[in-house]
Amino acid sequence: MLIRIVASTALCLVSCVTAFSARAADETPPLPHQEWSFDGVFGTYDRASAQRGFQVYKEVCSACHPVKHLYFRNLSDLGYSDDEVKAIAASYQVTNEQPNDQGEMYQRPGRPSDRIPGPFPNDQAARVANNGALPPDLSMIVKARDGGPDYVYGLLTGYKEPPPGFNMLQGMQYDVYFPGHQIAMPPPLSDGAVTFADGTPATVPQMAHDVVTFLTWAAEPNLEPRHRTGFKVTLFLIVVAGLFYAAKRKIWAAAH
Amino acid sequence: MADLAHSNAGGAHPGETRRDFLILTATAIGGVGVAASIWPFIDSLNPSRDTLALSTTEVDLAPVQPGQRLTVAWRGKPVFIDHRTPEEIKAAQDVDVSSLRDPQSDAARVKKPDWLVIVGVCTHLGCIPLGQKTGDDRGPYGGWFCPCHGSVYDTSGRIRQGPAPQNLIVPPYDFTGDTTIKIG
Amino acid sequence: MADTRPGAGSRIIRWIDYRLPFVAMLQHELYEYPTPRNLSYWWNFGSLSGIMLVVMIVTGIFLAMQYTPHADLAFDSVERIMRDVDYGWLLRYAHMNGASMFFALVYIHLFRGLYYGSYKEPRELLWILGVIILILMIATAFMGYVLPWGQMSYWAATVITNLFSAIPLIGQRIVTFLWGGFTVGNPTLNRFYALHYLLPFVILAVVLLHLIALHRFGSNNPLGIDMKGPQDTLPFHPYFTIKDLFGLAVFLLVYSFFVFYAPNFLASSDNYISANPMQTPNHIVPEWYLLPYYAILRSVPNKLLGVILAFGSIFLLFVVPWLDTSPVRSARFRPIYKWVFWLLVIDVSALGWVGANPPEGLVVTVGQIATLYYFVHFLILFPLLGKLERPRPLPFSIATAVLQGGGGAQLGRAGAPIARP
Repeated sequence: MLIRIVASTALCLVSCVTAFSARAADETPPLPHQEWSFDGVFGTYDRASAQRGFQVYKEVCSACHPVKHLYFRNLSDLGYSDDEVKAIAASYQVTNEQPNDQGEMYQRPGRPSDRIPGPFPNDQAARVANNGALPPDLSMIVKARDGGPDYVYGLLTGYKEPPPGFNMLQGMQYDVYFPGHQIAMPPPLSDGAVTFADGTPATVPQMAHDVVTFLTWAAEPNLEPRHRTGFKVTLFLIVVAGLFYAAKRKIWAAAH
Repeated sequence: MADLAHSNAGGAHPGETRRDFLILTATAIGGVGVAASIWPFIDSLNPSRDTLALSTTEVDLAPVQPGQRLTVAWRGKPVFIDHRTPEEIKAAQDVDVSSLRDPQSDAARVKKPDWLVIVGVCTHLGCIPLGQKTGDDRGPYGGWFCPCHGSVYDTSGRIRQGPAPQNLIVPPYDFTGDTTIKIG
Repeated sequence: MADTRPGAGSRIIRWIDYRLPFVAMLQHELYEYPTPRNLSYWWNFGSLSGIMLVVMIVTGIFLAMQYTPHADLAFDSVERIMRDVDYGWLLRYAHMNGASMFFALVYIHLFRGLYYGSYKEPRELLWILGVIILILMIATAFMGYVLPWGQMSYWAATVITNLFSAIPLIGQRIVTFLWGGFTVGNPTLNRFYALHYLLPFVILAVVLLHLIALHRFGSNNPLGIDMKGPQDTLPFHPYFTIKDLFGLAVFLLVYSFFVFYAPNFLASSDNYISANPMQTPNHIVPEWYLLPYYAILRSVPNKLLGVILAFGSIFLLFVVPWLDTSPVRSARFRPIYKWVFWLLVIDVSALGWVGANPPEGLVVTVGQIATLYYFVHFLILFPLLGKLERPRPLPFSIATAVLQGGGGAQLGRAGAPIARP
C-alpha cells in the first residue's frame, strides 16, 4: 500500500516538475541559479543591493521602462529616509490629477504619495520611440517570467555574438536566455555605466545582480513580512499538531 | 443504528485528568490560533497604505497674497486657507467671545494670525460655504456664507448666524517653514 | 458525554432548543453520531474539504471588499491588495493557494470513494451530490481565475468559452451570449464576478445536502461492510473530532507552506502580465486541477467530440454507482480491482502531465492513450471486473475485524458479501 502511494506520488511529482520546467526550457541552455539574499525560507532583501539596483533602474532602465505599480513612498522600505524619499519624488515632474483653473493638465514636482512616472505617456508613444517594440513595465517582471530573478539576470548578462549561421533579424540582438534568442533591447548594461554611491565597482554582473534585487523587491515587497509570519505560523502549527496528536492517542487508547 | 455507543468520556479513570489537561491545553492553544487568524481579516479593512499616504497634504503658502484665499484638498475634503488682511484679523479679534454660539477666541483658532486654516465644510449639514472665489458672497461678517441654509461665518470661521451649531473645524496642521504648512 | 448545566445560560438555550431543536440536532449529528470505529485517515478529507470551503468563502468576501470588477481596473486592484491593503497579500495568497488545496483535498476524497466503494448502494445519491459539488467547484474556480484579468485569465476565458462554439448551429451565438460581446471583455468579467460570488453559496447548500445524505446511513469504512451494532462504532465526539483536528493541523502545515513560502509555485507567471487582447501567451495552460480535462479535450482531433469527451469525463462520474457491478464495496477484498484502481491514478496523473505540455510528439500519443484508458476504465473495466472477479471473503463484522487486529479478512469465517437489493 505504502509503496503504491510512494510510486504514484513520485510519478505525480515528476510529471509536475517536468510540466513546470518544460515551459521555461525550450532550446535554451539551463538557467544558472544565482545566489540571492531573498532565497530560501529565511530570505530577506539586501537593502544596500536594492538601493544600488534602484540607482541602476533610475539611470539606465527608466529611459524606456516604467514601474507603474511603485509609489515613491515605497522607497522608504529600501532604507531611504523620509527626506530622501521626498527629494527623490520632487526630482520628478508628474502630471497633476486635476486640471488647473484654465482646464489644462499641468506638471508639478512629485510627492511621496505619487506613483513613479514612466518615461512615456502611453504604450503607443513607447513603441514609436523604440522601433515598434514595447518596453515592458518592470514592476512585476520578476514574477511575470518563468525563472524569475535568475531569468532576468540571465537575460541582462546573456548578450553574445550570435552563433554562426544564426539568422538575426534587422535591429535585433542575440541573447542566450531570451526565448527565441532575438531581443529588441540593445544590451542595457556596460561596465562603469553607473557610479555607485557606496563605491561598489559597477561591473555588468554587479549591476545586473543589484537591479534584479531591486526588481524582485518591486514585484514582491511583502516577502519579508510573509516569511516572518510564515515562520510563526509554522512553529505554531507544529506545536498544535503535536498536541492534537498526543490528545488523539490518549482518547483513542480506550478504543483500541 | 442510532444506539449510543459507550463512550469513555464519562468514566472515572486514573489517567482521565491528564488526558483532560492535554485536551484542554490543545484546545486552548488551537483557540488562540483561531483568534489570531481573525486579526488579518479585520486589519485588512483599516485604511490601506495608499489611503494613508494621502492623509497629509503639504501646502506652499508663498504664492498666496494678503487678502487672497486658497482651497486645497485634504482627505477628500476642501480646506480653506485665508491670508488675512490686518482689517480681517482685527475684526476677528475684536469679538466678544462669550456672545458666540460656539465660543472660541481667534487666537485659539490660528497659529499665526495672518493665516487662517479651516475645513471648508459647513457644520450644519455639510455643504461647502461660499467665500473662496472673488465675487462670492462672504456674508455680513466678510467671512464665509453657506448658501444651503444660510449659515454665516466670520473672518475667523466662527458661526455667527444661521443653523450651524459649530465653528468651521480647524484641522491639525503645522508650519514646516515660514510659508509652508503640513495639514494632517 | 459531559453534561454542563450551569444556570440561566442553558435555560435560554433550552427555550430555543425546544422551539428550534438546533442544539439537539448538533448533539445527535456531531457528538453521539455513531461512526465506524475503523475509519482510516483517508476519511479526514471530507471534513478538510468542508473547512476549505469556509476558508475560501471568508477570504473571498474580504478580497471582494477591495477588488474592482472592471476590465480597466481589476489587475491594478489586485496589485493594490497585494501591496497597500494590510494583510492583503495574505488574503490573496490564501485564496489563490486555497483553491489548489481545495481541489487536492476533494480529489483525494473522491479517489477514496472510488477505492472503498463509498458510492455503492445505499450511498449513490451521496456520491451524485459529491459530483455536483465537483462540477460547481470547477465552474467557480474557472470564473475566479478570470477575475485578476491577467494574460492567462483573459486567454483561458477565451479558449474555454469558445468551446461552446462546438455546439452545432447555435454554438457561436451561445458564445456571444456568454461573452456579452464580441470577445471576452468587461461584460464577461462582471458576470463572472457575480457568479463567482454566488456559486460558493450554492456549493454550501449542496454540501449540506451531501451531509444529510451521509448521515442517513452513516460513513462507509475501509472494510466496506455495514455497521451492525454499537460494537462496530464510536461516537463522533471525541474520537473523530480530535482525529479531524489533528488532520486539520497537518493539512494547515502543508497549506501554509505554500501560502508563506511558495505562493506562486502552482501559478502561471503569465498571469502577472496584464491582459492583452492583442497578444496570446506562448502556452495557454489552465490551473493544475483542470489539466486532465484539458488534456482529454486536446487529445481528440474533432472539436465537438473533444468537448463532449472532456465534459463527459466528469459527467461519467454520475453513473459510476451503476457501472460498477461488484457486490463488494472495498477494494481490500477485490484482488484485481485494487490494482486497476492504481492504473486510474496513474492515468489521471499522465493526463495532467499531457495537459501541462504543448501538444507535440510523445505528449500527443500519451494523451490519446490516457484518454482512451480513462473511458475504458469506467465503461468497460468497471462492469466487467464486478462480474469476473472473485472477491475475498469479507469479515463478519467491523468489530471482529478490528479487535482481531489488522482489519483483514477472517479466513475460515463465513463472511457474506453485502446483500444486494
